[in-house]
Amino acid sequence: MNPSVDALRGIFGAAVGRAVELRGETIVYVDPRRLTEIMRWLKHTAGQSYDYLVDVTAVEYRDRERPLEVVYFLRSLERRVDLRLKVELDPRADLVVDSVTPLWRGADWLEREVFDMFGVKFTGHPDLRRILMWETYAEGYPLRKDFPLRGRFSRAEQVRQALNANPEAHYSMEELSIAEAYQELPEDMRDRLARGERDKIPGSE
Amino acid sequence: MKHVLESKEIAGSPNYQTTRFDTLVSWVQAILQKTGADKPLDWAVNASRANSLWPMPFGTACCAIEFMATAASRFDFARFGMERQAFSPRQSDVLICAGRLPFKLAPVIRRIYDQMPQPKWVISMGACASTGGIFDNYAMVQGIDTIVPVDVYVPGCPPRPEGLLYGVLLLHKKIKGESLIDSALRNEHPLDATGLRLPPEKIDEISEPFGNSVHQFRSA
Repeated sequence: MNPSVDALRGIFGAAVGRAVELRGETIVYVDPRRLTEIMRWLKHTAGQSYDYLVDVTAVEYRDRERPLEVVYFLRSLERRVDLRLKVELDPRADLVVDSVTPLWRGADWLEREVFDMFGVKFTGHPDLRRILMWETYAEGYPLRKDFPLRGRFSRAEQVRQALNANPEAHYSMEELSIAEAYQELPEDMRDRLARGERDKIPGSE
Repeated sequence: MKHVLESKEIAGSPNYQTTRFDTLVSWVQAILQKTGADKPLDWAVNASRANSLWPMPFGTACCAIEFMATAASRFDFARFGMERQAFSPRQSDVLICAGRLPFKLAPVIRRIYDQMPQPKWVISMGACASTGGIFDNYAMVQGIDTIVPVDVYVPGCPPRPEGLLYGVLLLHKKIKGESLIDSALRNEHPLDATGLRLPPEKIDEISEPFGNSVHQFRSA
């Protein structure tokens, strides 16, 4: 068992739930309300220094009684130790958890992917948009267990919506203004990007 | 796709307007029909077109690796007049969709197809491009023929280079059977008011599951 678990228990007490050791890796369940505190402590405390966020992902189980889990893979580069944190959310309620982007800038796209596929809302995320599916995608969150494999709409409706999506609207204003090329775009394209195509496609089911 | 048709670039291109050149072509067609001289001219034009096809590769997956093998020295489709690969739709004759097409890329391939000048043909390479293949899921187009018209389907997962070459030769055969008089062959078919190329029922029918995926239900 990773000694960080006992250290966490000592500091955060009841906010740290059960811990499991599986094939040499430690998984510790924590309270979603104190996630940011715990993460900050794990990152900045000497002797812990989990400075590298390897991945953020989520799991929903087929058993409807089991909560949906958001999983954080941490690694300390200097100590060469891994720690896995899990946060449990009720899949029937709103899926909301604090974003860890203030601590690890690299969590940006990882959290966007979890939002895109599971609908978990990360509060405090700077730019929470879909990342794999296009922004007008209206069928829901594909990796949720209640999502049918072939999608919710008929194939014809899927093709229609896909063809109506604007491939130029995949970038946020922030991304484009950083790129500086934004000012050099033609007026009509800038206008279209400013409006975005984030709403539903007209005439959708 | 409406915004594409509305954008000046495409609406003003020769693809979508009757130009003086089209008028000339229709006069020539009328003369050919009267004099019966269309056969030798057909032969000459079709042979030229078939033997200098410029491919526009649209490679999205492992089929693109086989496509590259086909283009490289061992198989070398330059032997069949495909010397120049045009990575630009404006200078190409045949769109080769090599690999699976997710819905996110559907407007992209449609725009590329719209930007290609006539005459143009499409080869759908591999199981995924032709039918969706093993990806009978929410993210994948079930056959690119729901998006663009297809001339030759090359089966395989992925097809060997010989398979693609055979498809290209089939396309040669098809081109050599075309007639200059038949102007309908060169008609543009932009997306209609519904935003689709085919009627919705037809698309649903084409996209029906087959093979192993019939055991999965839509609601599953």
